[in-house]
Amino acid sequence: MAEVLLKVKDLVKQFDGSTVLDGISFDVRRGEVIVVVGSSGCGKSTLLRCINALEPIQGGSVELGGEPVVHGSKNLAKMRQQIGMVFQSYDLFPHMNVIDNILLAPLKVQKRNKSEVRAEAMELLKRVGLEDRAESYPRQLSGGQKQRVAIVRALCMHPVLLLFDEVTAALDPEMVREVLDVMLDLAGQGRTMIIVTHEMQFARAIADRVLFIDNGKIVEDTDPDTFFENPKSDRAKQFLNIFNFERSK
Amino acid sequence: MPDLGLDVLFKGKNMLRLLGGLWVAVRISLISVALSIPLGILLGIVMTFKNPITKTVTRIYLEFIRIMPQLVLLFIVFFSSTRTLGWDISGELASVIVFTAWGTAEMGDLVRGALISIPKHQYESASALALSPSQTYFYIIIPQTVRRLIPLSINLVTRMIKTTSLILMIGVVEVLKVAQQIIEANRMSSPNAAFGIYLVVLIMYFMICWPISMLARYLEKKWR
Amino acid sequence: MNWDFILKYLPLYETAALLTVKIGLIGIALSIAVGFLCAAVLYFKVPVLRQIVIVYIEVSRNTPLLIQLFFIYYALPKVGIGMSAQLCGIIGLAFLGGSYMAEAFRSGLEAVEPIQAESALSLGMQRSQALRYVVLPQAVSISVPAFVANIIFLLKETSVFSAISLMDLMFTAKDLIGQYYKTTESLFLLVVFYLIILLPVSILGSYVERRLRYAGFGS
Repeated sequence: MAEVLLKVKDLVKQFDGSTVLDGISFDVRRGEVIVVVGSSGCGKSTLLRCINALEPIQGGSVELGGEPVVHGSKNLAKMRQQIGMVFQSYDLFPHMNVIDNILLAPLKVQKRNKSEVRAEAMELLKRVGLEDRAESYPRQLSGGQKQRVAIVRALCMHPVLLLFDEVTAALDPEMVREVLDVMLDLAGQGRTMIIVTHEMQFARAIADRVLFIDNGKIVEDTDPDTFFENPKSDRAKQFLNIFNFERSK
Repeated sequence: MPDLGLDVLFKGKNMLRLLGGLWVAVRISLISVALSIPLGILLGIVMTFKNPITKTVTRIYLEFIRIMPQLVLLFIVFFSSTRTLGWDISGELASVIVFTAWGTAEMGDLVRGALISIPKHQYESASALALSPSQTYFYIIIPQTVRRLIPLSINLVTRMIKTTSLILMIGVVEVLKVAQQIIEANRMSSPNAAFGIYLVVLIMYFMICWPISMLARYLEKKWR
Repeated sequence: MNWDFILKYLPLYETAALLTVKIGLIGIALSIAVGFLCAAVLYFKVPVLRQIVIVYIEVSRNTPLLIQLFFIYYALPKVGIGMSAQLCGIIGLAFLGGSYMAEAFRSGLEAVEPIQAESALSLGMQRSQALRYVVLPQAVSISVPAFVANIIFLLKETSVFSAISLMDLMFTAKDLIGQYYKTTESLFLLVVFYLIILLPVSILGSYVERRLRYAGFGS
């Protein structure tokens, strides 16, 4: 079994006195793909934001490769370079074209060689089918194209862990597939990922493990087949029922 | 601490005289606002017409009024009416004319902006609900327009009040002129009166404009 | 219209217009600096300074420039702070304009989606890098229309400088009207010179605004 890459321990997050995450603990091993599901407002997006220390936490800890990730700490930028994150939407920089969006952080943060990163970026763009859009601006791209660029932008930092926060939730149905295919491809390469999603069939196909969160707590932590076929808790059964329709006539 | 001339304020009727001067300025702005609002609404509606003649005429009017400093407009109306046309209009009347012309232009532009910013689907969903055009205007368009307009027109009031300070320059006796007179009259006994008196005038303007600005900001937030 | 009169006094207006433009430009440059600093203080929520900036903005925006100038020119010398009329005009304009520029920059900063800074941070940037490469470029371009409107507003406001006996365009016009009763000619020259100063800025402003509104980045 591969070594533990990410260790989340007793994580507590409160907003204005109400507890959003209430003692979350789990480990992620290298190469594992974790899918986090739960009804909206259950705290799953907040969990990703806390792992990347975009939010201060009120208790517990997050460790990546044995080193703590702490909001406001000195080496936070260094830790974040190892964590790639893709958001629901609007996160490409609108004042830069695709290639500049991708190159900004590798050049300014990691001070890498421009032609080398550019070659890598073009390679990745080609892999997601966007090599001809390198000079386009975000507003000239469709939602699905934007999200693929955002994924490439994260990959170019050579992260050891990728976080996906409902990356297809704001997309038209026909664009969802192209983004999910890219993510499946990444899983096939053995990348370590934590994915928050509402696409249940995709979750089942990509996950090594499913975390079901309800009321700020992990209620189920199991393999996808068990979760989707035989969930233990009533809350998980109720949740999965939302996705089933019966004929009304 | 040198004598800052604040005692001059409480000498005789000085404070009352200052307030009287302030009232002259405020009265001119209130009259101008009261005239500008209906005229501005009219102008705003005319500006949405597709007719090329009304479009050009209103556009030139708006651009000229907005690009000229208000003081230049005051000079034009005040000096050319008395000296060129032979009318002897008072500084106060000239001020009301200029501020109304200016306020109408500003208000007209706000009204036009509010009218064209109502999205087309508002009209469409109203007619989809089988509302008549007049019902659409009465229940859907006007309430939304008014909500956008009220904070902006309240802002126009503060701008108007601030601008009335200019009427000193065409000889209207308002608060700043009264202040000058008081300072002049007490030059011997209280040579530093300028500090106290001008500070008080500054505070007076602030005390009028600030609450109005706060109200506009509050409404803007509430109705966004 | 007496064209000889106009030609004779044209140089007087030129000198006056140059004074207006000179004081206007220096005052506006200072306004931008003051506005930028104030917006930064508000954005970073610097304690103490933040309260001072808020009070300054409210006072500056809710009092007329003419009275601010009177206070600086006639009242401050009584407490030992005297300065030339020109310096007074520049400082007055910067005092007024600083708050307007601050509001323009602040609303630009606020209009940038928080997710922009967050995605910059999640790419491992320092806060300063996120601000410099991601937030500021967007904030500045969002505030351009307000920024241009402020420049026009401040140039117009320079018309009150004659009240502290600066020999600007208004002063010259009033002087000629008083001396020679050539009202039409004097006012004509006044309007023409203000148009020469203000029209180019206004046209440039609406051009820039249209470009930003309809095109945005990337076309």
